[in-house]
Amino acid sequence: MADTTPKPQELSKIDHKPPLMRGWMDTPVEIKKGIACYGAKGKDLEAVGFPNARDWNPLEEDWKLPEGWQDIVQEGFKDRLGKFRSMKLFMDICVRCGACADKCHFFIGSGDPKNMPVMRAELIRSVYRKNFTTGGKLLGKLAGARDLTEDVLKEWWYYLYQCTECRRCSLFCPYGIDTAEVTMLGRELTNLLGLNTGWISAPVANCNRTGNHLGIQPHAFKDMIEFFVDEIEDVSGIKVEPSFNRKGAEILFITPSGDVFADPGTYTCMGYLMLFHYLQSMGLDITWSTYASEGGNFGFFTSHEMAKRLNAKMYAEARRLGVKWILGGECGHMWRVLNQYMDTWNGPADFLEEPVSPITGTKFENAKSTKMVHITEFTSDLIKHNKLKLDPSRNDHHRVTFHDSCNTARGMGIFEEPRHVIKSVCNHFYEMPPETIREQTFCCGSGAGLNAGEDMELRMRGGFPRANAVKHVHEKHDVNMLACICAIDRAVLPTLMEYWVPEVGVTGVHELVGNALVFEGENERTTDLRGEPLAGMEDDENV
Amino acid sequence: MNFIVSILFSFCAVLLVVLIPWIGVGALDLRVLFGIIVPYAAMATFFVGITVRVIGWARSPSPFRIPTTAGQQWSLPWIKHSRIDNPKGTAGVIVRMIFEVLTFRSLFRNTRLEYRMAEDGPKADYEWEKWLWLAALVFHYSFLVIFIRHFRLFIEQVPGFVQVLNSLDGFMQMGVLPIPGLNVPEVYLTDMLVMLALTYLFVRRIYIPQIRYISLPADYFPLFLLLGLGFTGILMRYFLRVDITAVKELAVGLFKFHPKSPEGIGVIFYIHLFIISVLIAYFPFGKLMHFAGIFLSPTRNLSNNSRIKRHVNPWNYPVKYHTYEEYEDDFREKMIEAGLPVDKQPGTPVETGEKE
Repeated sequence: MADTTPKPQELSKIDHKPPLMRGWMDTPVEIKKGIACYGAKGKDLEAVGFPNARDWNPLEEDWKLPEGWQDIVQEGFKDRLGKFRSMKLFMDICVRCGACADKCHFFIGSGDPKNMPVMRAELIRSVYRKNFTTGGKLLGKLAGARDLTEDVLKEWWYYLYQCTECRRCSLFCPYGIDTAEVTMLGRELTNLLGLNTGWISAPVANCNRTGNHLGIQPHAFKDMIEFFVDEIEDVSGIKVEPSFNRKGAEILFITPSGDVFADPGTYTCMGYLMLFHYLQSMGLDITWSTYASEGGNFGFFTSHEMAKRLNAKMYAEARRLGVKWILGGECGHMWRVLNQYMDTWNGPADFLEEPVSPITGTKFENAKSTKMVHITEFTSDLIKHNKLKLDPSRNDHHRVTFHDSCNTARGMGIFEEPRHVIKSVCNHFYEMPPETIREQTFCCGSGAGLNAGEDMELRMRGGFPRANAVKHVHEKHDVNMLACICAIDRAVLPTLMEYWVPEVGVTGVHELVGNALVFEGENERTTDLRGEPLAGMEDDENV
Repeated sequence: MNFIVSILFSFCAVLLVVLIPWIGVGALDLRVLFGIIVPYAAMATFFVGITVRVIGWARSPSPFRIPTTAGQQWSLPWIKHSRIDNPKGTAGVIVRMIFEVLTFRSLFRNTRLEYRMAEDGPKADYEWEKWLWLAALVFHYSFLVIFIRHFRLFIEQVPGFVQVLNSLDGFMQMGVLPIPGLNVPEVYLTDMLVMLALTYLFVRRIYIPQIRYISLPADYFPLFLLLGLGFTGILMRYFLRVDITAVKELAVGLFKFHPKSPEGIGVIFYIHLFIISVLIAYFPFGKLMHFAGIFLSPTRNLSNNSRIKRHVNPWNYPVKYHTYEEYEDDFREKMIEAGLPVDKQPGTPVETGEKE
């Protein structure tokens, strides 16, 4: 964590009352360190053909905007109004009832009034009114309209990159106005000017070329997985045998690359490997891909087009390998993309078959068209059919709660499947308060490309409501493990927990599965996948 | 611009709306203008404006299925599916929309943030908050009842249900407020409720700091118009009685497209009529369009079935993506070394160029 990040005691002095007399239009933006991310690098923008590729720094005065940038935005805005009914509608029908105001984790954690979802959208709407409505043209400020000046553009950028597109506000809006949609389209406009962040554009460039956001090359990707193979053998004595880029496999497995690279996602990855190995003798025929080695889609944080380009690889690889269907790992925005966009972008997947579990024979009718199944759907079906021998006591050292990721919650609705899996592999499970889970879940505070290092203050602020709910169950039920089904969660929640609720760890659901899975002929397990002693085995630690 | 300027501006605008017919009819006797031309123009603006707006929205497609899923998806047969909050098909969407439009279901979810510093650090709680939902519901339904009650003025033969509604709404006279001798007609419950709800909606706009901050003149203006409308209506009914037969003659004439401009209606009626004319003429230009917009809202009116059924984006276009061939060309040597299968052995001529 950056040294400059304020301590919790200091950071939690939050005033949620906006200034009384000074209106928001008269309050110019101040780009703050610790809140804003670094600017995109020229080489990363160039790698995917984004305009105005150059290095720039949002903390400096000169953003090196292209000539005629106002016209570019105006044209881009007009184009999107014609292409997206959502954009047009959401610009027009807000009544500013304020129901969304205190629903945003960034507003709750920062008190910055422009982080109220309604305000975030008003920043854009005000320009829309000026440029696209008669009332706005005639009455200006009195109609809530203003010109797109450089300061206004900077304000757009600053607040569009303080939104994690979690859609919590859209749940409470009486008209379903979705700030994620406004943010996504607003970010598209900033991308026309080359204004993205470093932590979004570098992963985009990497995903495009190497297939995953950290730029892990094929051989290194394989090395990482083989390292997990050894680790699994150490813990369980079982040697798993994953295959890569194997033509003719029945199923292609795609998971976010974070699972391959960063703790604690790596343990989740081991969980997948163990599950697949367990099922191998029962007829599972699955392959990994190094080309489509990224489930996550950082393109989704730049533009629909870039997201589509990155997403296209999944079907392309499934086609090349000749698999029947695709299994997707635990990831948040990946699943919003797969659920709500993929088929429309890159379908029809008529070269694939309707997914059927080779173990249970269950037809996944809910994935009939995309041919892509979520791993917790797959696993909970296995458990329901008693296909897995599980020993939940191996997770007895964990007292678990579950964080619904925003995208899988409000862009999909996968609530019961992961809970069913967790409850089958753990003996101690406790829910957080109802207004902080399921469809009302709070974001980790670092989604939508905000999981950089330089915006740590923003992340700790935005993650506060989530951490606050975890703290509640930590105090009440002694919860010490926060389970989730999202790679970004796994990457960012440990830092958040360390900051607000230091005694709570973070795990993927399939790490818990890996712990509980009982193999024939395995060694007696004394530790979990992390090498931490199981409950009752603490004394054996030094043996 | 701060909230005082916003309020003053809107208040003055509404004051002007009151003064125009006051002078126009009261001093200049422009009864035809304010009794016939303005209402017709307003209605025309209302219908044409709304049609233009709705067609304008409808012309932009909903390229992607982006429902906000507020419940369990339809997946495995033994998992209970949330049919309304995460609809799988049209039937579920219709029910969701009915609840949304008739009961303001999303607003009913509302909570209020309670943030405080406890001894061991900050705490956030999310408290019960249904007042906004209640006020919105009371306002909209009272307004609807009042609107329907007015049918007895628009239509010669008053339909039975209007009379029933009328007596239900006016039960107060018999039950609670019998004031014999004062010649006060029955008090309508909805008259009181609509004013109460509007007052609440106005007061919360200035009382709650966040709402005060986000409010624009465009938020105060319709509130003041509606308050003015209610106020003049109440004045007319209980205090400054007008010739109801003449009013009915004018109203029936308007609706039969046989406009008449009877004499002897008090100026208060023309103020009331002008306010409603301004209100309906303003409808297509501002946030009041939310009443039509909700029906088109893609986060509410689409089903969450895009994994089951393919949806087509009308402006979908092919994109360039980094193909496997390009990828293998980049990494072939390393892949072979690592024992990964490759499609082409080194030395084979390769095609380059990104795939459409």
